[in-house]
Amino acid sequence: MNPRFTLDLPSDVHQLLAYPFMVNALEAASVVAVMAAVVGWFMVLRGETFAGHTLSMMSFPGAAAAALAGLPLAVGYFAFCGIGAVIIAGAAEVSGPAGQSQRSAIIGTVGAAALAVGYLLLSLYGGVLESLESLLFGSILGVTRGQVLTLTLVAACVLVFVALAGRPLFFASVDGPLARASRVPVRSLAVAFLLVLGLAVAATVQITGVLLVFALLVAPAGIARELTTRIGLSLALSVLLGLLIAWVGLGLSYYTNYSPGFFSTTLAIVMFALARAARRLGRN
Amino acid sequence: MAAAVEMSKGAVRLGGRTIWSDVDLLVGEGEFVAILGPNGAGKSTLLNVLLGLNHLAAGSVAVLGGPAGSSNERIGHLPQRRVFDSATRVRGVDLVRLGLDGRRWGVPLPFAARFSARSRAERARVAQAIERVGAEAYAERPIGECSGGEQQRLLIAQALVREPRMLILDEPLDGLDLPNQAAVAALVERICREQDVTVLLVAHDVNPLLPYLDRVLYLAGGRGAMGSVEEVITSETLSSLYGAPIEVLQTGDGRLVVVGQPEAPHQHGPRHVLR
Repeated sequence: MNPRFTLDLPSDVHQLLAYPFMVNALEAASVVAVMAAVVGWFMVLRGETFAGHTLSMMSFPGAAAAALAGLPLAVGYFAFCGIGAVIIAGAAEVSGPAGQSQRSAIIGTVGAAALAVGYLLLSLYGGVLESLESLLFGSILGVTRGQVLTLTLVAACVLVFVALAGRPLFFASVDGPLARASRVPVRSLAVAFLLVLGLAVAATVQITGVLLVFALLVAPAGIARELTTRIGLSLALSVLLGLLIAWVGLGLSYYTNYSPGFFSTTLAIVMFALARAARRLGRN
Repeated sequence: MAAAVEMSKGAVRLGGRTIWSDVDLLVGEGEFVAILGPNGAGKSTLLNVLLGLNHLAAGSVAVLGGPAGSSNERIGHLPQRRVFDSATRVRGVDLVRLGLDGRRWGVPLPFAARFSARSRAERARVAQAIERVGAEAYAERPIGECSGGEQQRLLIAQALVREPRMLILDEPLDGLDLPNQAAVAALVERICREQDVTVLLVAHDVNPLLPYLDRVLYLAGGRGAMGSVEEVITSETLSSLYGAPIEVLQTGDGRLVVVGQPEAPHQHGPRHVLR
């Protein structure tokens, strides 16, 4: 049976949930969307989008290394994203608070090295990494129950961190000098946040693919921050937008057989453009 | 009169270099005192000593009746000027609120004000601090869209929000145009007199503050001189501090011009730019 999109919404949803793989995919995408929207909100606030992007690239050599070692790919994702977070945190220490530009240069170099190492490991692996395409661009197929469980666990850890450290992290992000003077552990928070970001990215990559992390990590937060400056509202909007982007992408992909990434990123970029335009109009 | 700050024969060494020594500082409660001096004289270092962030190598210091750093809860601190660029999408009111609870772990819960009396009280204190600096009109705007003077008022509200006994302000007039320098100086004086808050501020130009100051501490050449403006900012006192001939001139409208001071350009501190 080929799913056909109709104007009858209940029937569409019913069709959508007809296959277990689709239920798994929707659950995994929802969990990841919520987590990525929250972490991404802080990432955009801190101006660490580039670091997040580079961390996602770390999962490419991660997957290749795991394949080479005969381990589950997810192990490689988490290990290499963790290593990437440590390197980027180290770069921040080396260049200091004044070295913002130097820092982005270091992060860029790490990203390039990650891709190169990934390609080398892939050659060493010899065989074709069967899922190279879905590794890069994401796939809704083959999300297992176990994966859903792992992702839920990771999301829970990430959200607990934000719930515990959210306020001082916000303080350190928007007003570092006063936070430091008020004895907020600014540096430890920066390192901890990068590690949590690495964890979140390693999880998000498994759904969106290495190259399309933007759709769930950056876009919801970016759009929400265009629409409001209220902190709570902006975070809530970010989560809702993340879910919308994930669901629309998966749903359209299911009915058209094209990759969800295209629909997700297109929706994200259109909403981003509209939000920016709306803000401009609102100001004039 | 009780002393808010009492330092005697204080000396500070950083990285093996003596920044200043033999410095006495006495600030009475409710006084408005400025710390003046050229760049690199160790003015911010002195504030850090009072906050317990740097320590004296010699001498003694007491702040609000206890050792330095023990009473930071009762001190409102404005670090060296932070500039928020237009990309900063954070409302002034949220920034002021961070002065109250930014160090607390956890996250603010949604609709807390509806259920918790403490949350309501905190919201009222934030509103009151904003009112005290007259920033009601733009506190809801993103701070990046506020002018330099407006940003500075909001940052002073942030320092005031815990209802401190003393304000420690590091170069609050730096980077402002002349009318805003005068306005912020007048605002700080009003907070000092009407609300009985001791004010200790760092400045490198005394003129916007001239009408308001009780006393000044002038740091230069590794030493300090304390007294009224008339006593300290004179050719004799400054020449002996710098160990070089200095001339203090007075213009027709009462402004003071210090001529001949050897500035140390390589010691300009970095200005923090926030996004």
